[in-house]
Parts: sequence; structure tokens; C-alpha cells
Amino acid sequence: MKAFTYERANSVAAAARAAAEKPGAKFIAGGTNLLDLMKLEVETPTHLVDVNRLPLAAIEDTADGGLRIGALVRNSDLAADPRVRQNYAVLSRALLAGASGQLRNKATTAGNLLQRTRCYYFYDTTKPCNKRDPGSGCSAITGFNRIHAIVGASDDCIATHPSDMAVAMQALDANVETAMPDGSVHTIPLTQFYRLPGATPQLETALTQGQIITAVTLPPAPKGTQLYRKVRDRASYAFALVSVAAIVETAGGKIRAARLAFGGLAPKPWRVAEAEHTLEGSTPSEAAFAKAGDAAVAGGRGYGHNDFKLPLVKRTLNAVLTAATRAA
Amino acid sequence: MDGSEWRRLHPTRRQVLESAAALAILGYTRASFSAEVDPAAIALSPADPSVAALPVRLTVNGTEHSLTLDTRTTLLDLLREHLGLTGSKKGCDHGQCGACTVLIDGRRINACLSLAAMHDGDNVTTIEGLADGERLHPLQAAFVQRDGYQCGYCTPGQICSAAGMLREYKAGWPSAVTEELSAQVELSDAEIRERMSGNICRCSAYPNIVAAVRDAAGETL
Repeated sequence: MKAFTYERANSVAAAARAAAEKPGAKFIAGGTNLLDLMKLEVETPTHLVDVNRLPLAAIEDTADGGLRIGALVRNSDLAADPRVRQNYAVLSRALLAGASGQLRNKATTAGNLLQRTRCYYFYDTTKPCNKRDPGSGCSAITGFNRIHAIVGASDDCIATHPSDMAVAMQALDANVETAMPDGSVHTIPLTQFYRLPGATPQLETALTQGQIITAVTLPPAPKGTQLYRKVRDRASYAFALVSVAAIVETAGGKIRAARLAFGGLAPKPWRVAEAEHTLEGSTPSEAAFAKAGDAAVAGGRGYGHNDFKLPLVKRTLNAVLTAATRAA
Repeated sequence: MDGSEWRRLHPTRRQVLESAAALAILGYTRASFSAEVDPAAIALSPADPSVAALPVRLTVNGTEHSLTLDTRTTLLDLLREHLGLTGSKKGCDHGQCGACTVLIDGRRINACLSLAAMHDGDNVTTIEGLADGERLHPLQAAFVQRDGYQCGYCTPGQICSAAGMLREYKAGWPSAVTEELSAQVELSDAEIRERMSGNICRCSAYPNIVAAVRDAAGETL
């Protein structure tokens, strides 16, 4: 691990300023991904701003009937919160499907959003990687790319975003609340939070240096059945090959509204309005579900080892929508 | 040389493994560490003066410690290298195996993926702190009774993880295999396996680990 200096922030504003003043600075909260990457020298911050003492660990009801989740709420506490279990089951399910009990006890809401890809070549400092070392090339496109993206990728990067939590939050229309070094507050819809790789895969989010996530807010719980289905190589403690978060409202034997977000497919939690629109007003059927699946991965392609994801995501979506509309 | 003398001089593989496993249960691998090395005499400050150091105070198994550490020191390295508490194991050092699991105010975490500096003021319990004097913690006794190990390397992490897991279960936390998110579920074998999936056993002693946790759950809940 490269040497670094360390400070504990006493206020959100002080943390943001400290990180803004030092170009090599990073925030550390749970540290479960950052320290992993620092040990491999994939991440080499020169200064760490420990934000663990900031008062951002509360889950609060909002005036509009939604929920405000502090940036430092641990994944396990969020998954177990009675309001989340009752009203945002898809989020609880997604969190419980990720990592291990130990990691969930440490990992935070903001840190989960900002975790890096698990692309093998991003982790291997002996290999070219445009995300880790811009301009060096992408080893995955012609390499072993079983876990890689089939939509949203570019000629420079085909890495996926590994979070389960963020997939559920994407389906729940979450907003990311941030504070700037000058004290101003900026709220970013989660749909606009992540950047696609394009020619700059090293830039992953809309955040600027020193901008700190303070909370994630959820609108009032949507109507309908909430499901999260994760397909992976092991029954537990593995990243998603494909995952689907679905919130489906039915009435009179038809789908009234559907929200779908996908994990394991793209450089960010993937949500396609067209896939949701095709379902609205339709009678549940395999054909209707297949049409939504086609729309979700429109324009997608495999890179060899991950070709299986195209049929797998459609089958997973079919299974989820069948379960969600069973009572319709 | 009679038979008993032969056996004394030539212990079977089984006897050696049993002794090693008993030490793993207790977290003893270097029982006399504190006698042979004064922790205060270890180079607590980095040798290279350009490397950043900072003071850390924390309580480990009821004893307060005050140290000055290289900022890069993980909680696991603090325990093993600076306090001589080698019960917590370094398996993968990347949060994948669970051998380093310790409890912070009763919550289980991977000690390898946490900086010591982040635990200033914290209350840490390691495998060395679970027993009540000579009386084993119910989980330790259950692992002995059920033979919940072979080589024993993952055992301290398994036991600390199980202690944290039972506390989570008691608090009503659901898991990925819980059917009704809002209901208190029975601690079935499927629940134990899912909740313990962060602890890997290369010897694959899983059936006996599950049995030990199931037995101890009745005593510790």
C-alpha cells in the first residue's frame, strides 16, 4: 500500500474542503472496497479523509412520505430497517443479496454507490486498463470477459458496475444528495449520477473533487409488487452475472405500471424507459415479457465469453415478471 | 519401548491435528507472546520518518491500548503484529475469506479491510476475548463437540462471525433466504449457511460448522 496522510473530518463542510484542497485525496467510510484496491495499488490516494464520525448515519422519514437514507447508514442496517422491509422490499432484497454479513456491517450507502468495477483487468496492475490507466487500452474486450457488459459499454471499456443496492435504488427513482466544498447542496437523480464510459472510462460519476454524498432520498413507496432476482455463480456471496429489480403494479388482469432496473449488464444500473412502456397496459404473457426484455438490451452485444447474458437476462426478466404478475 | 511410549514419541496425525485445533478454538497460537515480546518495544512508529504516523487508542478484549501507528496499519495488523493477538487470521487479506472476523461492539466485520485509525475509541473483541476465563464460549464448546474444523485456520473467524451472526438473528434481521422479510424466522440450516457465507473453510467442514452453530444458538440466544 502506498503511504498516505490521514485526517478525521468533524463536519461535512470540512470534509468537502479537505478533499477539494488535495487533488490526491479520497473520502473513506467503510473502506471495504477502497482498502481492497489500495492494497493492490489500483487506488493510490495520497490523503484519506475519514468521514465515519460525520452525523450521516440516520434513516429518516421525509415530509413527502419518502425516506432519507444517510450516506453513512451501513448496508446491513438499511436492509434490516422495518420501513425499508415494509415499503421498499426490493431495496432490502438487493442489499441482502450482496456481499457477506461482515461486509454489509461495514459498507455504507454512499460507498456502495461509489464502489468500483470488479473487472479482472482493472484489478490486475500488470495489464492495460483504460479505467485504471487512461489510454493504456482495454484487456477485457479481447480477453476473458464473462462478467462484462453487454449494453452501455464502449470500445474503451466494457466493465460493469457491481452494486446490487444501486440497481434497486434505480428502480425506486432515488436521488443522491451531495454537498459541495462551498457548502451548497446539489441533488442528482440516480439516473444521472453515473456516466457511461465512452472514451473516458476513468470518469464514473457526476461528482467533482470534494463533492461529498450526504444522503440518498427515496420518493414515497411505489404501488405494486417489488422483487429482486440475482443470478450468480454461487448461491451466496458472489457478484451478479445478471440481476433484475422490478416493481410491477397490476389491475384488472393487466399491468398498469412497471419499473425495471438491471445489474450485471452495464457500466451503471441499467434502466430503459422503453422496456417499461411496452409492459404498460399489456396482459401478462411470455410474449409481452420477451418484448420488454428485447427493449432492455436493445443495441447490446456480447464479447464472446459473456454472450450468454443476452438470453439469460431475458429469461431472468421473464421469471421475475411471471412471479410479479401471478396474482393479476 | 512399549506401545504407550511409542505413541508418546510418535503422535498420530489425528492427535497432532486435535491439539492444533484445540489451540485454534482458544485463539492460542503463541500463548507466551506477551512474555517473550514486550509489545511496547515493537517499532510502533514507522521506520521511515516520511511515512505518516498517528496515535490510536482502543479497547481490545477489555484492555485499553494506546499506540502510534503507520496510517496504513489495518485493524488486523494492529491485532496480530502490534498486540500479539494472532488468533484473528490473515487468510486472503481482501475480505473474501472471513478468517480475520472480529467484533466491534458486538458487530462482526473483516479486520483486514479496516484501518486501525478508523477504530479509535472502539471496543474490539477477538477470539482471544470470547472465553470466560477457563470456561469456553458456547460457540467454542460447540465447535469442539461437533468437530467443526479440520486444519483450524478459519475457526477463529468462523466463531467470531457466528457470535455476530446470532446477535443479528436475535435482533430480527432477515437474510437473503428469508421468505417473509418482516417476520422473525426460524434459524434453519439454510439460514445459518446463508448468514455464514462470508466465512470460507478450505477443509470444507461446513456440515459440522452448521451443526455447531445450530447447537450454540440454543445456548446463546
